[in-house]
Amino acid sequence: MIVAERKPFEEIYECVKRHRKVLLLGCGTCVTVCMAGGEKEVNVLANQLALAARDRGDDVEVMEHTITRQCDDEFFDEATMKKVAEVDAVVSMGCGVGVQFCAAKFGDTAIYPGLNTKFYGATLEQGVWAERCAGCGECVLGDFGGVCPVARCSKSLLNGPCGGSADGKCEVDPENVDCAWQLIYDRMERLGRLEELEENRPMKDWSTNRDGGPRTVTREDVKL
Amino acid sequence: MSEQKTLKSGSRLEKILTEGHFAVTGELGPPKSADVEIIKKKAGYLKGVVDAVNITDNQTAIVRMSSMAAGLFALQAGLEPVVQITCRDRNRLAIQADVLGAQACGLRNILCLSGDHQRFGNHPGSKNVFDMDSIQLINMLKRMRDDKVFACGDEIRNTKKQPVVEPRPFIGAAANPFGDPFAFRVIRLAKKVKAGADFIQTQCIYDMERFKRWMTEVVNRGLHEQVYILAGITPLKSVRMAEYMRDKVAGLSVPDGLIERLEKAENPREEGEKIAVEQIQEIREIPGIAGVHIMAIEAEKSVAGLAEKAGLLPRPA
Ligand code: SF4
Ligand code: SF4
Repeated sequence: MIVAERKPFEEIYECVKRHRKVLLLGCGTCVTVCMAGGEKEVNVLANQLALAARDRGDDVEVMEHTITRQCDDEFFDEATMKKVAEVDAVVSMGCGVGVQFCAAKFGDTAIYPGLNTKFYGATLEQGVWAERCAGCGECVLGDFGGVCPVARCSKSLLNGPCGGSADGKCEVDPENVDCAWQLIYDRMERLGRLEELEENRPMKDWSTNRDGGPRTVTREDVKL
Repeated sequence: MSEQKTLKSGSRLEKILTEGHFAVTGELGPPKSADVEIIKKKAGYLKGVVDAVNITDNQTAIVRMSSMAAGLFALQAGLEPVVQITCRDRNRLAIQADVLGAQACGLRNILCLSGDHQRFGNHPGSKNVFDMDSIQLINMLKRMRDDKVFACGDEIRNTKKQPVVEPRPFIGAAANPFGDPFAFRVIRLAKKVKAGADFIQTQCIYDMERFKRWMTEVVNRGLHEQVYILAGITPLKSVRMAEYMRDKVAGLSVPDGLIERLEKAENPREEGEKIAVEQIQEIREIPGIAGVHIMAIEAEKSVAGLAEKAGLLPRPA
C-alpha cells in the first residue's frame, strides 16, 4: 500500500484558516490502513480544527466526508460532489495521488494536502510501516530472493553489501533499518542459490524508473 | 603477475606493483575551501614517502575541493594521485566526463567507491545518485579503457573521422574484510576483480585475526594473483580515537588489547605509531599482500616518520 503520515496540525491549520468553509475528505483505502487519512483520522482532525478555530477566534466551518478511493473516478459520487460544491476549500486526506485527482476534479475549489505521502510499504506491526518498493518499473525481486535491493538498500547496490553492513543492520540507520544485503544473503543461502550472487550485475536501466520522466501504463486490450 | 605484461595505464603505482616492489600509498584529503596552499603543504609531507596518494572525493559526504582539481594540484606538487570517485554524487554521464578529464590532466589512477551516505555529512538534505554501484563503476572504467567504449556502447572518439582517444586509468577499488556478512566479503572482492579492478586498498586493519582469515580465503581463491592488494593502516592517535573507530565506524572492530595498550602508554600517540609499525611488519608477512595503504587523514605530517620506522623508505624511483 501507499504509506503516508498526517501533516503537523499547524501546517494544516494555516491553510484551513484562509477559508470560511472547508471539507476534510478522507480516503478509505491505503491511508485508512496506515491510519493516516481514513474516516477516523478525518473525524479527529475535524474536531481539532474546529476547536482551534473557536479558541483562536477564526471563522472557519469544518465538514467531514470519506470516500472509498480518491484515485478513481467512480467513487466521486453525486453526494461527494455536492459537498465539495458547498465549501471554499478541500483538505484531501488521501495520498499525493488522491490530492491531485481531487484537484483535477474539483475545478475552482482550493485543495490542500493533509498528509505527507511516504512510500510503498507494509505494516510490520501495529503502528510501524516500512518501505518495500520504489516502483522502479522493472522488478528484479526474483533474482534477490524476494528482497528489494533498489528500495531497501540505502545505496541501491546491486552487487552486494557495502562496507558498512554490520550485525544485520544498515550503517545509515542501524537502529531502525535492516541491511537489505544481509537479508538477501540469508534468503539466497536458505534457497541454496548463493552462487547466483557471485554474478556481476550490470548497471540498471533507470529509464523505467521516475528518471525516464512521469510514467503512464496503457493497456490497449482493456481500454474502452 | 607476469613482469613482461604491457602496462595498462603506465602509472607509477602500476609500474611499482608490476615490478614486484612492496607498494606504499597514502591519502590526502582536499581542503574544505579553495585554498591550494593546504594541498601543497600536505603534498610536501608525502612526497618521496609514498608511491601514490589517494585524493578523497567529498569524503564522509562533507563538501571539499573536487578530487579531480585537488589531484591536479597534487600532481603538480610532485605526487602521483589516485583520484577517488564515488557513486553517491554523480551519474554515469558526469563520471565518464570526469574520467576523460582525468586522463587529459595526466591523472592515471582512479579508485572506485560506492561512497558514504550523505546522511553522515554536512548536507544530509541532498539527493543521492547511486546510478551505479562501485562494481559497475569499475567495469565501466575497464570497458572505457580496454574496449574503448562508453557505458552506452559508443566509441570514445570525438567524430567518426577523428581518432579513438580513450582514458587509460589504473583501476582501484576498496575492500572491507570487516563488514558483514563475512562470507560475502571475499565474494565482493572476487566480483571487483571480475569487474576489472587492478588494485585493492582495504579498510584500515585493527582486527588482525579477522584480516588474516579473510586473506586466507583470498589466497585460496587465487585472487591475490589477479589483483594487487594493499592493506589499510590508520595509526591510532589516542584512546578516544580508538573507541570512536570501534563504536562509530560501522563494520570496523578494534580489539580490546590495542585499546589497553594505548591506555597504559605514557604517550598514546607514540604507542599508536608503534602499533602501526608492528602491524605493517606483520602484514608484510601475510601471503598475497602487495603493499600498504596508509590513511592518516589530517595527519599527513606523521606518515614520513611511520614509513621510516616501518622500513618502507626510501621508495623506489
Ligand atoms: S525491484 Fe523495483 S519494482 Fe521490484 S520491489 Fe524493487 S523497486 Fe519495486
Ligand atoms: S549497510 Fe546494507 S543496506 Fe545499508 S547501504 Fe550498505 S549494503 Fe545497503
